[in-house]
Amino acid sequence: MKEPLSDAVLAHLRVVADWPDLSGTRYEAVEPVGRGGMGTVYRARDLELDRDVALKVLDLPDPGLAARLRREARVLARLEHPGIVPVHDVGTLPDGRAFYAMKLVRGRPFDAWARTADRAGILQAFVRLCEAVAFAHAHGVLHRDLKPANVMVGPFGEVLVVDWGVARVAAERDAPGPDTPGTAHGTVVGTPGFMSPEQARGEVDALDARSDVYALGAILRALLAPLEAPPRPLRSICARASAERAADRYAGAEELGADVSRFLRQVPVLAHPEGVLERARRLAVKYRTPILLVLAYMVMRVVLILLAG
Amino acid sequence: MDEPARSSFPPTRLSVVRAAGSADPEARAVAFETLVGAYWKPVYKYLRVRWRATDADAEDLTQGFFARALEKAWFAGYDPRRARFRTFLRACLDGFVSNERQAATRLKRGGGVAPLSLDFAAAEGELAALAPHSADDPETFFHREWARSFFASAVEALRAACTAGGREAAFRLFERYDLEGPAATARPTYALLAAEAGLSVSQVTNALFAVRRQFRRLVLERLRDLTGSEEEFRAEARALLGEGDW
Repeated sequence: MKEPLSDAVLAHLRVVADWPDLSGTRYEAVEPVGRGGMGTVYRARDLELDRDVALKVLDLPDPGLAARLRREARVLARLEHPGIVPVHDVGTLPDGRAFYAMKLVRGRPFDAWARTADRAGILQAFVRLCEAVAFAHAHGVLHRDLKPANVMVGPFGEVLVVDWGVARVAAERDAPGPDTPGTAHGTVVGTPGFMSPEQARGEVDALDARSDVYALGAILRALLAPLEAPPRPLRSICARASAERAADRYAGAEELGADVSRFLRQVPVLAHPEGVLERARRLAVKYRTPILLVLAYMVMRVVLILLAG
Repeated sequence: MDEPARSSFPPTRLSVVRAAGSADPEARAVAFETLVGAYWKPVYKYLRVRWRATDADAEDLTQGFFARALEKAWFAGYDPRRARFRTFLRACLDGFVSNERQAATRLKRGGGVAPLSLDFAAAEGELAALAPHSADDPETFFHREWARSFFASAVEALRAACTAGGREAAFRLFERYDLEGPAATARPTYALLAAEAGLSVSQVTNALFAVRRQFRRLVLERLRDLTGSEEEFRAEARALLGEGDW
């Protein structure tokens, strides 16, 4: 009897059958490093520039998906920001599949990284995430699928937003055509648990920056969940970012990031009007060292006075 | 020597899944035979592991299932807009087995149809060799066993194509590197393969590249044959080549 294909061989043959035909291109595939909705991302060698890049390659030759992939590459090309993965090249492989080349992100997904970081570190990275998203919004691009898996944190703490496959470009400069497929009203894109209620309802036309803000709030909450219960101002920030009604949320990612920065600097946050006691507690924490010094000084004075008496 | 570099897409032709519903009895019979070939093994294993049937029982049920499917033209009723074919087939199978078990009408099974010639001993051997994942949900189990059977037949088709084209040596490289390699403690290097075969490393690289490209093409061709619509083909290709672990 012939040996049956073991699970290991089966897994390997799936990779072999998916392997991109890069003959005639400047790239050489090294290994698959991830899966997107439309295809596989490979680590590849750019033989011309002698460096590693990431190639996103469609599973099959498909004109519709190829248009979407090219559009994603164009969206990325438009967004030059340290927090957004830069695209290098776009094209079609000899086997008919569309691909684009981008910077190879050497990092870990936000949630995996956060498990090794403390709260302040997570919040600082989150502020950088908000800045990148705000930059995209300022250029008329909504990501629409923000979640921890789509945010990578590099070895130097750099934060990169990836997978812009379902991004929406507000006010497309080109008239909608085959290369700029819009999303029909009623179509649901995004990930449950992170997508806003209006996005889950398929209200495509109603989406604006606040929909991404909702996802950012959900990300923050998910990242903080394994840590000890966050203080009230931070809980209020999450609640405001992910409010059910868009009108109750921060107006944009910048505003959300700024509020988290305020929390980090221990100044009052917009999301949370604080009471007298809370204010006293916050100030006591913020100025702990000078307060302790003054107290120690006063105790010493009292002791000295008592000894002298 | 091998296929042209631009091997974009297998030509669209009537898939066997579609032919199973054809008006032409001969086309229907050929299609039925192909579907049995692609599915009997996962069906048998599914019955053994998920329905906990004894080997004798699973053999009977496998024969009975395909006999009934032919008799009642079940596969002709498949609508690719509603489900993937493998999901549809498994639903038919589950329905068939629960009916059989409830009614215990096993004596009538087959209705005089000659049993199919299926190598149940081989399927039994695979189950023993591979310690099946009984903890999987039924869909995942059936899918994995279907994929195992599917890839095994694609490998056989590749072997046949290489032999017919006088490229046995290229197939042997594929066998050493891609079929034996993943299970071996140390995967052979291209240099070792080159030394074994008396070739240069770049010859090994090129031969493996060509043979793998042909493998991909065969996989996609056969998959197209076993799916009922362009959408199902694309979804199955994604499930087979990329999506998730199973």
